[in-house]
Amino acid sequence: MHQLTLKELTLGLAEKRFSSKELTQHYIDRIKTHNPALNAVITLSEELALTQAENADTRIQQNNATALTGIPLLHKDIFCTQGVKTSCGSKMLDNFIAPYESTMTQQCQDAGMIMLGKTNMDEFAMGSSNENSFYGAVKNPWNTDCVPGGSSGGSASAVAARLAPIATGTDTGGSIRQPAALSGITGLKPTYGRVSRFGMTAFASSLDQAGPLTQTAEDAALMLNVMAGFDAKDSTCAREAVPDYTAELNQSIKGLTIGLPKQYFSKELDPAIADLITTAAKELEEQGATLKEIDLPHTNLAIPTYYIIAPAEASSNLSRFDGVRYGYRCEHPNNLDDLYFRSRGEGFGEEVKRRIMVGTYALSAGYYDAYYLKAQKVRRLIKNDFVEAFNEVDIILSPTSPNTAFKLGEKASDPIAMYLADIYTIAVNLAGLPGVSVPAGFIDGLPVGMQLIGNYFKESQLLNVAHQFQQASDWHKQVPVAFK
Amino acid sequence: MDTPTVKKIAHLARLQIDDAQLDHYAQDIGNILELMNQFENVNTDNITPMAHPLDLTQRLRDDTVTETNHREAYLKLAPAKEAGLYLVPQVIETEK
Repeated sequence: MHQLTLKELTLGLAEKRFSSKELTQHYIDRIKTHNPALNAVITLSEELALTQAENADTRIQQNNATALTGIPLLHKDIFCTQGVKTSCGSKMLDNFIAPYESTMTQQCQDAGMIMLGKTNMDEFAMGSSNENSFYGAVKNPWNTDCVPGGSSGGSASAVAARLAPIATGTDTGGSIRQPAALSGITGLKPTYGRVSRFGMTAFASSLDQAGPLTQTAEDAALMLNVMAGFDAKDSTCAREAVPDYTAELNQSIKGLTIGLPKQYFSKELDPAIADLITTAAKELEEQGATLKEIDLPHTNLAIPTYYIIAPAEASSNLSRFDGVRYGYRCEHPNNLDDLYFRSRGEGFGEEVKRRIMVGTYALSAGYYDAYYLKAQKVRRLIKNDFVEAFNEVDIILSPTSPNTAFKLGEKASDPIAMYLADIYTIAVNLAGLPGVSVPAGFIDGLPVGMQLIGNYFKESQLLNVAHQFQQASDWHKQVPVAFK
Repeated sequence: MDTPTVKKIAHLARLQIDDAQLDHYAQDIGNILELMNQFENVNTDNITPMAHPLDLTQRLRDDTVTETNHREAYLKLAPAKEAGLYLVPQVIETEK
């Protein structure tokens, strides 16, 4: 059953070839067998899942089912799930049982989906390798000596190893697309504001966006149908109408113009990755799309801009972890200051502390204008590059990541090298655009992802192009041998 | 970035950092801030700072109570509590 896509599983449930309970039990068994090698799942909610599956089977029998009723999934451990531990991969929240449900996970529940458990992640979503987790690193199913990417590394690894048909993630600078690329699956970051952030622990509020990690673009469309929508509880959630994201999947892409940013295909790009992405672009050209070189002149400023804005917002957001109301508290505090300092010093990991300090510095008196305000201005220049590009093209195409999965530990001691892993994904978050990564080939047995970027709220068109590419390629159908 | 500055930032952020770690953080944070040198030659005159990708204005809501009381549920999560309140070390000094 685990070889089937989400779409195929929905058909199997509808035709009663298997029950949701059987399906759920199958994935629970797979997690128990294979997770020890991957460390992708950090909480297995077996009992809850089986109860939800029984309810889903009843719903299906009563003809009261939605398209995804009875489908099991995993949630990144950044989404609050009532009564279930929600750790954000941090010692700070190791004892935190969420007292309420995030809007997105509630939407999944309302649709009749089954929560198998929660996935490992870089602490508070800060990282590109999933090595920054209090619960240990996640392994890449294609080569367990390698990282799966991050920060949604547990979700990516789990879907790649078919421990769940789909998983949710969050993407602040590439945290869905980059692990999807490194793990050989499909990952969609919707337009900023498309999916509610309520109950999703905030990292950088003007950049964070939730999305699905799936086998195919079609599956991502099915999931987005459940996840997207306005939520009064999130003040930045978009009021845009939610279309049926599967409706345009099968349209021809004839006549579309696809832009290739010259800065993303520079001489520094690994030639093997450039070859695969160029081949993929040519496939879309064969289907009738026009390829066009475009200019995104402020591309090189995306990393510095991001590493001011994201840490600045994080330093503010993470001030809520104070050792008083919930989460970790140090032993025997001498006084209130000691309680704050040691609870935070002991509860946060190294990368989180580093980013809090960078953000605090950028926002501190005397540095605000030179760093934070300057970064906000440059952010607009980066956005304007995209706005101008989309006057000429419908979709922008690039590699997702400058490298395939790297070895565990390889970049762990060099924050800057790690930050550069997100060089092609970060600008999309700064602009707030939707982006998807789809498998586009392999180098030395490790997957390579192609990133497609769409215009604001044009997820349907983005998924249409991704789906048409997957109709003509089978990279997304490859499964790591040990997990077949 | 020098270690006194790291100490100052850590204080502002209420983070306990071991003295032995200060050099290491100074080095890393210095390297990160060096990325920002690329801003120097970028002309941003007359560019409005971008705080939000969709340039939204703050939505207003009806002036009605929507939040219900979850005092018990939330207090259950507290590391220390007493008489329905969060408990922290004594803040106000007593007379000697």
